[in-house]
Amino acid sequence: MSFFLQFMIDVLSLGGAYALMALGLVIVYGILRLVNFAYGELIMVAGYTMYLTSGSGLPWLVMAAVAVLMAMLAGIATDYVAFRPVRAKSVTAVLITSFAFSTLLQNAALLFISPRPRNVPLPEIFSETVQFAGVITPARNLITIATAVVMLALFSWLMRRTVLGIAMRAAATNFTMARMLGVPANLVISSAFAISGLLAGVVSMLWIGRIGAVVPGIGLEPLLIAFIATVIGGMRSLQGAVLGGFLLAFMDTTLNFTLPQDLLKFRDAFTFSLVILILLWRPQGLIKGPASGQRT
Amino acid sequence: MTDDSLRTIDVSVEFSGLRALDGVSLSIAPGEILGLIGPNGSGKTTLVNAITGQVPLADGRILCGEADLTGFSPREVSLRGIARSFQVVRLFNNLTVIENVEAAALAHGNGRRASRDKARDLLTEFGLEARAEDLAIGLSYGDKRRVEISRALAADPKYLLLDEPAAGMNEAETAALLSILEELPRTSGLGLLIIDHDMTLIMRLCDRLHVLASGRTIAEGGKDSVRSNPLVIEAYLGTGAETAHA
Repeated sequence: MSFFLQFMIDVLSLGGAYALMALGLVIVYGILRLVNFAYGELIMVAGYTMYLTSGSGLPWLVMAAVAVLMAMLAGIATDYVAFRPVRAKSVTAVLITSFAFSTLLQNAALLFISPRPRNVPLPEIFSETVQFAGVITPARNLITIATAVVMLALFSWLMRRTVLGIAMRAAATNFTMARMLGVPANLVISSAFAISGLLAGVVSMLWIGRIGAVVPGIGLEPLLIAFIATVIGGMRSLQGAVLGGFLLAFMDTTLNFTLPQDLLKFRDAFTFSLVILILLWRPQGLIKGPASGQRT
Repeated sequence: MTDDSLRTIDVSVEFSGLRALDGVSLSIAPGEILGLIGPNGSGKTTLVNAITGQVPLADGRILCGEADLTGFSPREVSLRGIARSFQVVRLFNNLTVIENVEAAALAHGNGRRASRDKARDLLTEFGLEARAEDLAIGLSYGDKRRVEISRALAADPKYLLLDEPAAGMNEAETAALLSILEELPRTSGLGLLIIDHDMTLIMRLCDRLHVLASGRTIAEGGKDSVRSNPLVIEAYLGTGAETAHA
């Protein structure tokens, strides 16, 4: 029983973080049909904001809120700098500008801060362990689960119950039609980038909670995870992104528990093999999104 | 007195050098139903696309009341009170039926509650209240058409341009739709433009007709004068005229 509980906590905490990462990527993809490769750098921006404000004496929660806000602003900046000027031109142009913006942000961090890891302040609770029902687990795992539950509930409420959410879902189904009905396209797109930044900021706090430091390339792994989770779940579906995140975490955790010690370093190879099998079975991902959709 | 009508003045549209519309001028007054007819490829849908800002004009102007809509984006045209439906229905498939209608009301500045109430009223009017919470993708083709028209009306348009509104509907559905469309101009002062190949429907609904052939106007005016116009009979009506007489 305690083994099962331990396993579930691991899956849910890892899956919660993965699901938030994937949602941040898919919310922009859903509307623009374009992958924002600068998404990982939003996570980096939040991390460095934490580092830069660490000497300010502000309470940790205030610093975290400022960091999340900076990730949101960086998200909106991505839209203005990398996407909006070339959005109507070609997919290739947008891919290149999003790569360029990602490289620009990473190099700015290398140049103006440091290529070396910088410590980020974390509250005591992140390094504590909790013991209950025969399970010993880091408290940050429970924090991650709680944060993911709150964020997913908030996200679901936003998308289903608010004017912005309905406009975003309409735009994700058929962007051209939404514009024709009078939905303000630029506002919807900027909001999607802001929400993507918000999720990246929260993910950054959870991710840094695991490693305690920030480096210029910190966003690469979350970007890759988010990308794989959305591909498994279905690139056009928000529910698919969440499902993909949890499924990927389930595979990772199962392999962690079952692989022999000397094979553990090849865990990713096993994970990706399973991903390939899933995609052979369902090339569109587990949940097919809206059938139509045009970008411009 | 100001002219509140929706007008196209000498509108031309070109696609890679091919003139799809050539100097077309028409007008629809508030509360009027205008039928836009013509053989396939005559430019009917292109004219609606031109009015709603979806294709650029090579020449001419689009006016609505005092406002010049020439060169406006589809969104700007929509916000000026011109709504449309499509030959092939374009719903938001993964939104519920009521959300589809609500989205248009919200985009036009209505509040959350007002939009939901408006959407519910429209769905009731179109006999779709039982399907309100279903996903749009699961509807029959006829129901999808009705949702699309409800959605267009949720924006409180001054003019509604319907591209083959009864296509894919059975007789009973068409009859129900006709009675709603007949009432709309009278109750709300809405100006309607209807494209359709069903001459019975056109003759029953429309006050006036405008006939296109090969991108040009070949006739316009009252139903009787258009019906007896030899150019129209030659270009389009043919046996349809007899059907309409019957």
